[in-house]
Amino acid sequence: MNDVAFGLLAALAVVSGVMVFRFDSMARATFSLLTSLLCVGGEMLLLGLDYLGIVTVLMMTIEMAIMAVFMVMFMMNPAGLMPMTMTHNKKGAAVICGIAFVLLAAGVLLAPWPARQGKPPADPTMDLGMSLMGPQMLTMMVLGMALFATIVATVVLATRRGRYDRFGDDLRAPQASDPVRGGVGR
Amino acid sequence: MNLELFLLLASALFCVGLFGALTQQSIVMLMMGLELMLGGVILAAASAWRYIAPAAAEGQVLVVVAITAMALEMATGFAVVTALFRSREIDMTDMAAELKE
Repeated sequence: MNDVAFGLLAALAVVSGVMVFRFDSMARATFSLLTSLLCVGGEMLLLGLDYLGIVTVLMMTIEMAIMAVFMVMFMMNPAGLMPMTMTHNKKGAAVICGIAFVLLAAGVLLAPWPARQGKPPADPTMDLGMSLMGPQMLTMMVLGMALFATIVATVVLATRRGRYDRFGDDLRAPQASDPVRGGVGR
Repeated sequence: MNLELFLLLASALFCVGLFGALTQQSIVMLMMGLELMLGGVILAAASAWRYIAPAAAEGQVLVVVAITAMALEMATGFAVVTALFRSREIDMTDMAAELKE
């Protein structure tokens, strides 16, 4: 049963992954990528990682919804009404990827993988939580800082007007020049 | 199901994503390729946990790190696209080549 599920999810993941770059319509490409990543989440459920599998599924669903919005915002051809290709160096990339896959597959098949050590815990989620809140606390804190830094960086990058726009190139303007003047005596 | 099959699937996803990241001109499509590559990495980490050292929770922590990297890549990528589009009205990698000149 698990083998059949693995095979189906694996085939669907790879096929929809390939279709991402073959569809003309950007919306279709986005949902194809969503399918592929949902299959990855499904494979993780098969591996016994219930919590991480569900997190992947939920995160990918939201992420692809946001990606679809950005697609429509930025792409010339969101609906795929005019077929067009926006690619470069397809042949070279195909060769590089073919070689990369052959090398990876050779490594996977030829490497002397160590024998399995230990048994999976009864509740992997509990195990993960105890690890993150115990010996791996530093990892968790670094991840938290990285997420926070990303929030700041994305806001700084995406904002339209920065401090140089408001206070001049030398930041010496006595008053900020805003399109709408602020209150509180400014 | 065994480790090799999972790792082969992960390498296939990684290479498909690599193809996309190398060929696509649109930055958003390029990011889709990166997402697929990271999906392969997540799957490889999860299968390594399951089939090599299931008793060690560090394998799961590695998956958490990879998932976080995916989220950060996505958010930063969209912010960069927005900034590029604001300043130059471009959404293709080939047009954002000022540093090359």
